[in-house]
Amino acid sequence: MLTGVAGGLGERLGLDPVVVRLAFIVLALAGGAGVVAYLLLALLAAPPAPAAASARPARTGAQRLAAVALVVGGLLLLLREAGLWLGDGVVWPASLAVLGSAVLWTRGDVADRERWARLLARVPLRADRALAGVGGARAGVGSLLIVAGLAAFFDSNRPLRLISNAPLAAAATAVGLAVVLGPWAWRLLRQLAEERRERIRQEERAELAAHLHDSVLQTLALIQRADDPRVMRSLARVQERSLRDWLHGRGRAPGAHADRLSEAVDRAAAEVERMHGVRVELVVVGDARLDEGLRALVDAVREAMVNAAKHSGAPGVSVYVEVEAEEVSAYVRDQGAGFDPGAVPGDRRGIVDSIEGRMRRNGGVAVVVSRPGLGTEVRLRIPRGGR
Amino acid sequence: MSTGPIRVFVVEDHVLFASGVKGELGDRFAIVGRAGSVAEALEAIPAASPDVVLLDVQLPDGSGAEVVEAVGRLRPDVRFLALSVSDAAEDVIRVIRAGARGYVTKSISPSELADAIRRVHEGDAVFSPRLAGFVLDAFAGRTPPPIDPELDQLTPREREVLRYLARGYSYKEIARELFISVKTVETHVSAVLRKLQLSNRYELSRWASDRRLV
Repeated sequence: MLTGVAGGLGERLGLDPVVVRLAFIVLALAGGAGVVAYLLLALLAAPPAPAAASARPARTGAQRLAAVALVVGGLLLLLREAGLWLGDGVVWPASLAVLGSAVLWTRGDVADRERWARLLARVPLRADRALAGVGGARAGVGSLLIVAGLAAFFDSNRPLRLISNAPLAAAATAVGLAVVLGPWAWRLLRQLAEERRERIRQEERAELAAHLHDSVLQTLALIQRADDPRVMRSLARVQERSLRDWLHGRGRAPGAHADRLSEAVDRAAAEVERMHGVRVELVVVGDARLDEGLRALVDAVREAMVNAAKHSGAPGVSVYVEVEAEEVSAYVRDQGAGFDPGAVPGDRRGIVDSIEGRMRRNGGVAVVVSRPGLGTEVRLRIPRGGR
Repeated sequence: MSTGPIRVFVVEDHVLFASGVKGELGDRFAIVGRAGSVAEALEAIPAASPDVVLLDVQLPDGSGAEVVEAVGRLRPDVRFLALSVSDAAEDVIRVIRAGARGYVTKSISPSELADAIRRVHEGDAVFSPRLAGFVLDAFAGRTPPPIDPELDQLTPREREVLRYLARGYSYKEIARELFISVKTVETHVSAVLRKLQLSNRYELSRWASDRRLV
């Protein structure tokens, strides 16, 4: 606070400056050693390099705190031996008070603080239940017995008490507290962890139930009411696809990969399955970010799928999309009726034209291969990077 | 291989699906048994001595791959055809690398399934479009140089055949397109299967773990 020594030292050790300051205060009580050390450091320490200072985040875990407490404790014992001492009755209680203050005032990390906040919030609710097994009267009697036992111990060890009664008293108090409250605190912590696990399990179950209800159960109900096997098949297919997506973790963030070719083709295939009741067997090798050209490719693929669904009479359509270094190709194939490209009815010609035009405008190529009775394949190719 | 109908054993925990398969295939093959778990399969398959085991990739107590490995050690003459609704690439690749001769999805039609069983029985490989796409992806050129070119690379012809498979062509149709015999197509696919099973390309495992196949 005065010269930045405590702050700098704290930064260097990864400690809260408060801990460092308190350590200096305790050492100052021991015959002024802390004051001397502080001044020495203030004179010798170089101003902190800003880059180095920001490199290390201030950590104040319980471990660090314990380490400092041990170091200070050791120094105190050393000073006591050396005679730089104000007396046991002053230094030890002051040290304890300072340690308590350090525990209270240092910054815990966020997770730690949250945990304690939760724990404290539970105390009034849980304290009665935690002690319910023991009973108020029995807890009182237990505490009394422990205190009585400690008193008896001191009484029968008068010489011990005379030698250094203050530290011993402090230790005895701590032991007493641990004996009285330890098991209770332990049980509370365990209960808290158990409840948290159970809550997570319940949340997961609820999410699963909600999802199944919104999707699978609804679809099953629809299927029971559908008479047309084509509709049934289509419903089952769409449900299968969405459930699969969900199981593979993609349903959780809709549109997370909306800018990917694979995702766009997948969506187009699902749409055609839903609207036209055909099965689309889709295989995508590689992937790429959608650009204008690839969007046109996806549209052309969709048109070709619709065309196959409407005119081929085949129950399924095979779609294969491959992304290579230089170009992207797509094949939409059915094993249906097929047609003679030389003698095409007007409406089909129109669709073929629209697919071809779409590809040409984006620097790509479309070829339609078909023979009566042998099915149809639309082959699409587009260079990568667009035009 | 004995004369008479091909003996088929079904490893499938979904009873409805298993009985459906039995109904569809019962008149073409001799269904010699069914198991619903890895443990049951390990016990029952050697006794039933089937020609072909039709098995689900995922079983309640483990993976179909475990069955393929364990039974394959005891009875190397038994052939395996994997069948699944799950397309998790790691499951599929595992069961193939354990020794299965093919992989098809459960949406396959009964006649296609019968065809696949016959093909596997004859020692050929059966690739669904999905598996073909997966192999093309795993052996794609954008990966580092292969360690063993013999096993770690596909020939241009094999690549071509796989592309046709991914596009939904049957072996017969591929043969017609490429002006080769069906037997030659089968040879190419079997060669790919062998590479898939024996290649040490680390991309195979990496690919399988960080990409889902749909």
